Amino acid sequence: MTAPMVLAEGVRKRFGRLEVLKGIDLTVERGQVCCLLGPSGSGKSTFLRCINHLEKVDGGKLTVDGELVGYRQQGSRLHELREREVAERRRDIGMVFQRFNLFPHMTALENVIEAPTKVAGVSRSEARDQARHLLQQVGLGDRAGHYPAQLSGGQQQRVAIARALAMKPKLMLFDEPTSALDPELVGDVLDVMRRLAADGMTMVVVTHEIGFAREVGDTAVFMDEGVVVEAGDPRQVLAEPEQERTRAFLSKVL
Amino acid sequence: MIDAASPARTSLGDDADAHSIEIVPVRHYARWAAAVVSVAALAGLIGSLAKNGNLHWDIVGTYLFAGLIFDGLATTLWLTAAAMALGLCLGTLIAVMRLSTNPVLYGLATFFVWIFRGTPLLVQIIFWGYAAALYKYVMIGIPFTHITFFKAETNSLLTPAIAALLALGLNEAAYASEIVRAGIQSVDPGQAEAAHSLGMRPALTMRRIVLPQAMRVIIPPMGNETINMLKMTALVSIISAHDLMSNIQDVYAQNYQIIPMLVVASVWYLALVTLLSIPQAWLERRYGRGTARAGNASPLRRMLQGTALLAGRKNKEGTR
Repeated sequence: MTAPMVLAEGVRKRFGRLEVLKGIDLTVERGQVCCLLGPSGSGKSTFLRCINHLEKVDGGKLTVDGELVGYRQQGSRLHELREREVAERRRDIGMVFQRFNLFPHMTALENVIEAPTKVAGVSRSEARDQARHLLQQVGLGDRAGHYPAQLSGGQQQRVAIARALAMKPKLMLFDEPTSALDPELVGDVLDVMRRLAADGMTMVVVTHEIGFAREVGDTAVFMDEGVVVEAGDPRQVLAEPEQERTRAFLSKVL
Repeated sequence: MIDAASPARTSLGDDADAHSIEIVPVRHYARWAAAVVSVAALAGLIGSLAKNGNLHWDIVGTYLFAGLIFDGLATTLWLTAAAMALGLCLGTLIAVMRLSTNPVLYGLATFFVWIFRGTPLLVQIIFWGYAAALYKYVMIGIPFTHITFFKAETNSLLTPAIAALLALGLNEAAYASEIVRAGIQSVDPGQAEAAHSLGMRPALTMRRIVLPQAMRVIIPPMGNETINMLKMTALVSIISAHDLMSNIQDVYAQNYQIIPMLVVASVWYLALVTLLSIPQAWLERRYGRGTARAGNASPLRRMLQGTALLAGRKNKEGTR
């Protein structure tokens, strides 16, 4: 039996005196879409950032595809890895940010080919072909030469998704991908994510889009104050939550 | 009596057709008056200078294109370029060190900036010029042993030109490092995070993502520094590094024509500074890629446009 794509056991994280993750247990199987929901400050974004080691974990164990991300295990100790080694392991984990974080000094195409050519060692012409194909897939085949400032928020976010996919990741992390978008632009981005899920990509999505979680998610995880309150089938968790806190949150969001 | 409910009707006649109304811009009569007074004052000043016999325009003319002046000019130019190159490279390294989480690197960088920014440039120039008084030989070896890999007489190594380059370059590095550091810190941390999430290493992230974006903030003050550097090279005349100012001084030490020689120097410094503004504008445009910002017109263009506005003409042609 192969290891799950993401396995978290008792993950803890603190910023100074504030403990933001108080022991998170979570499993995401291959090909599954896991949606993290919860009020702001519940630790869901922090947990997502721990998965690719943008945040260091203070306790517990977090593996991606059976491999520790920021650490090397020796007996009962976890040794922190050097930045270079962490970079190596992040290549397989794509991430999409709330504020897109496209490189503003590069065109859409240059954004997409940057990591394949500079990190994965793909030839420029091959990377360009692949990038054009990816941009076409996210519906932006005609925007390859545009700079991010010349694109709408929704278009920027789709370029960001194409950029992450260019490294052929086995796991995609989405940190509130539609929260910074105008309402009429949300649909295009969710469509791209929906297709990605249908193609079998493993995804962890922090979102406030309850509809998306219900429709696309294989699991929904409700977090509050650094703990997982409730997790399971989205239709169950979002329609008939067992916990009072989940119910209170959903009644405010819906 | 004016009807308060329909004030718009009072100034325009009822029969005025809205499509044929002409908008008249504000007339700046005071600007016209100020322009006339300024031009008259300047003309008076220039006229009095031209007629002043003590200025010896003939001497200015003789020396403006003299070989000795061109030699000094060449030294000033390469000294400026080399000192800025040294300052920028070393400054960038120091800026990255200062932002490092490594306390040793941070400490060394902070110490460097403290020393070279904290002492007068003139003192540093004289120091490097007379370093031979401190160490007769320059040696590279293992401390506290007799093993040496390299040994040379300080005076043969530290020629006035090299001493000048070191003094200007190291001093510049201290200032440049602060400019570069501000530039790096102006880049959204999300950019580095995005690069890291794509598997880019810290050094690659700095080179490909952070520094190119920092350049937009770095270039204007560095242009300033370059112009400053060109003029500060005049200070190295104190160790006679044979720059423009040194040679000017050599000349007036012999012919006592101090003012005319200073005019020659000023004309050349002014000409060079003017030339330097051109690459700066070009660099700003290049690193401004991807920012939707207008107003990239050259200074000359803007001034001409200002004249047009002063004349009260309607500026119908676009600014680009």
